[in-house]
Amino acid sequence: MNAPLRRLGVVVAMLFSMLLASTTYIQFVQADNLNSRPGNSRALEKEYGRERGPILVGGQPVVDSVKVDDDYGYQRRYRRGPEYAAVTGYYSLVYGASAMEGAADSYLSGTADQLFYRRLADLFTGRQPQGASVSLTISAKAQKAAWDALGDQRGAVVAIEPKSGKILAMVSKPSYDPNLLASHDRAKVAAAWETLTADAERPLENRAIASRLYPPGSVFKLVTAAAALSSGEYTAESQLPGPAKLKLPESTTTLPNDFSGACSRTGKVSLADALRISCNTAFGALGMTLGTEAVLSQAEDFGFDHALEIPLQVTPSSFPVDPSQAQLAQSAIGQFDVRVTPLQVAMIAAAIANGGTLMKPNLVDTINGANLDVIHREKPQKLSEPLSEDAAAALTAMMVGVVENGTGKKAQISGVSVAGKTGTAQQGEGDPPHAWFTAFAPADDPQIAIAVVVEDGGRLGTRASGGAVAAPIAKAVMQAVLRT
Amino acid sequence: MALVTSVVPRTRRNVELVLLVLSFAVALGAYALVGIAETGHVPADMITVGGGLVLLTLALHVVTRLRAPYADPVILPIATAINGIGLVMIHRLDFVGRYGHSLAPRQLMWTAVGIVAAVILILLLHDHRGLSRYTYTAMTLGLVLLLLPLVPKLGMTLNGARIWIRVGPFSFQPGELAKIALAVFFAGYLVTARDSLSLVGKKVLGLQLPRGRDIGPLLLSWAVSLGVLVFERDLGTSLLFFGLFVALLYVATERMSWIVIGLSLFVGGAVVAWSLFSHVQVRVAIWLHPFTPELLQGQSYQLVQGLYGMASGGLLGTGLGQGSPGKIPQSESDFVYASLGEELGLTGLFAVLVLYILLIERGLRTAIGVRDGFGKLLVGGVSFSLALQVFVVVGGVTRVIPLTGLTLPFLAYGGSSLVSNWVIVGLLLRISDSARKPAPEPDPVAKASRPEEVAA
Repeated sequence: MNAPLRRLGVVVAMLFSMLLASTTYIQFVQADNLNSRPGNSRALEKEYGRERGPILVGGQPVVDSVKVDDDYGYQRRYRRGPEYAAVTGYYSLVYGASAMEGAADSYLSGTADQLFYRRLADLFTGRQPQGASVSLTISAKAQKAAWDALGDQRGAVVAIEPKSGKILAMVSKPSYDPNLLASHDRAKVAAAWETLTADAERPLENRAIASRLYPPGSVFKLVTAAAALSSGEYTAESQLPGPAKLKLPESTTTLPNDFSGACSRTGKVSLADALRISCNTAFGALGMTLGTEAVLSQAEDFGFDHALEIPLQVTPSSFPVDPSQAQLAQSAIGQFDVRVTPLQVAMIAAAIANGGTLMKPNLVDTINGANLDVIHREKPQKLSEPLSEDAAAALTAMMVGVVENGTGKKAQISGVSVAGKTGTAQQGEGDPPHAWFTAFAPADDPQIAIAVVVEDGGRLGTRASGGAVAAPIAKAVMQAVLRT
Repeated sequence: MALVTSVVPRTRRNVELVLLVLSFAVALGAYALVGIAETGHVPADMITVGGGLVLLTLALHVVTRLRAPYADPVILPIATAINGIGLVMIHRLDFVGRYGHSLAPRQLMWTAVGIVAAVILILLLHDHRGLSRYTYTAMTLGLVLLLLPLVPKLGMTLNGARIWIRVGPFSFQPGELAKIALAVFFAGYLVTARDSLSLVGKKVLGLQLPRGRDIGPLLLSWAVSLGVLVFERDLGTSLLFFGLFVALLYVATERMSWIVIGLSLFVGGAVVAWSLFSHVQVRVAIWLHPFTPELLQGQSYQLVQGLYGMASGGLLGTGLGQGSPGKIPQSESDFVYASLGEELGLTGLFAVLVLYILLIERGLRTAIGVRDGFGKLLVGGVSFSLALQVFVVVGGVTRVIPLTGLTLPFLAYGGSSLVSNWVIVGLLLRISDSARKPAPEPDPVAKASRPEEVAA
């Protein structure tokens, strides 16, 4: 009976091999997959049990973790919740993480590769692992000024430091309180989520970089003007036709000015004046003369159609593909199918301000370990060179004209030369327009470039214009930054 | 004669003592770690609780030294180590506070009962061959125990399986004891019937088929095991008994045909049961598709929580007291494997599996070494049943086979399991003693035929 007993031993060995294999499969091969399953509260609790790093603005936490006595150990706290919601996002048990909480998650939670040796040390010393802290480029003053100036109007404000691409302010309204979603009471979180997602004003969307994109209206004329200057065939003084109405080819419609009448008594207008008074007919005609290729490639140099991470995901702005001549004329003044994010508009202003060089917009300044050593410092990166230094200087002078003596007078700051451009994006017959303003200041040494959009005319409704509604908001934010 | 030096077998009792001390170190170290993790200091009852385990196993060691001096020195330390690790895990889960009372002291009490039972067995049973006289008593006892949960009012259903009985405040899994009784019966029956089972029969396709009348007992045990599957709703128990019977049939007759016939019968029966009974279908659905949303909320919750626990443990585990095995229902009994996986990691589970492999291997080696057929079958049977039971439980938790209601030997919370497994340890010690001790010089046949040697 010994031979079969030995074979029974082989059977036992086979059975146990299967157990060793199945256990290995679960704990090693499949472990990551199981840990990241949506219903796995254990992985979440483990994540929560570690002290998640704070998000800092000017050295002060706008988001931090406080110890609580429940299964999760730590509770995320948003100190200026709604004001910073567009930047920080939320960190929710039920709905995951968004915005910076999501984009910088590996650092905040301490699982990034750069933190490997620290985790190893924690393992051996038994120290409770801690996430890294993320310092933002946001200026607390600019953020507050933008938040306050936008008031109860729907819209967004984005401000950039032109030389470095650092984002100084990013506000989207209406906003929400991330604390509601970060609660550990799942039922409460679900209820808050229901309310927020059902809200027709879409408070969870970040209008500054994502959400539904906006028609830019006349702020797009900066792109058309840049394309004209870049072509080498135009200067600020080049004369353009500026009739009251532009007849569009192969079409029954005409392109009118926002104001009644022609752009000058002679019917001719210089490029600089056309921009100053925001002459639609001159820019429509200019667009058709330049052609789709020239305007599109200029727009792409400014960042259109390119994916961008700041490190939040930015929806690419778009210029219509293969427009007819009539559509091109409308696109050249930012109507038809041109769609932009406020960040994209701010990038246009920033590139002009920075002598024609566009720096990559970015929200993260430094990432510090729990013991404050710098793990990562973001360096300014050049994104593209949409126009020459000369063209940028010419365009700057034209934009100064807009603020000094054109549609953007409400953005004037005494003692500071401001360069700007208004936009009043029509949505449809009788609907209030989106009010736009983009600017940078001081014009000779730009510290801040900004874009403001106020949806549906804001407080002024159908009577709104970019100059009346959006320019004062931009002014408030620029002042907040320049007063330092 | 002077040239033939007979090797004097050594008793190896001191090896056992050294290994026992190692087992104590593992168990007590783990106990201290749980205390430090949960309360911040070494537990105050370390001396009493730890001392309890140490004294109990040392008592068994001393009894072995005196009454079974040639017993295998590895069996007792391994059983002690696994039992100790299980106790620590149950103690650690007491901190979750799900039941309103602590389970670890009860488990320690049942450990004591089990060890005392093993001591009694070694003291009273001088020669395992005496057990063969009780072949049919064991059969009756085994079948009664196996079918006891089906008695109305006595049996109770827990987690869908009806393998428990309740007497007053005590609940009991009679199947655990039936395992030993049936191993005795199978061994006794097969050792006498092996000749007729193995020698006669037609040869078809290279397989020697048994005669029709010899196949009767196989069919009977197949019917009983299917009855267990269908009426007690437990695949594990069913698989355990039928697997045990088929394995012993094969060992006794050395004929592959029994395995082929047995496995086909079982698979066929299981498939029929699956197609006829919805509760079997649910078990299979949980096994194959545990992440189906409608199952996830209820029926596969436990299995999936177990998987999550093991996954979060990873290679090294969270450390004792650092994970959250309390999330898994029955994490101290049916899912103690997943609890250990979470806190001790893949490394810890491999260590535990290796302990089981060593224990079973020592059992099979004893079966090979022992001189009589009955002893071979009995010890081979109980060893293989241990292997099958570990396979069925761990395989269920790790999705090799559908989940069942059996518990891991020595590790899981539960008195019946613990007591019967310590009885098996007693049996292994007793039989390995006779396997390893030098053959008696005078007439061994005469000694074996003296029934009064077997204590009543």
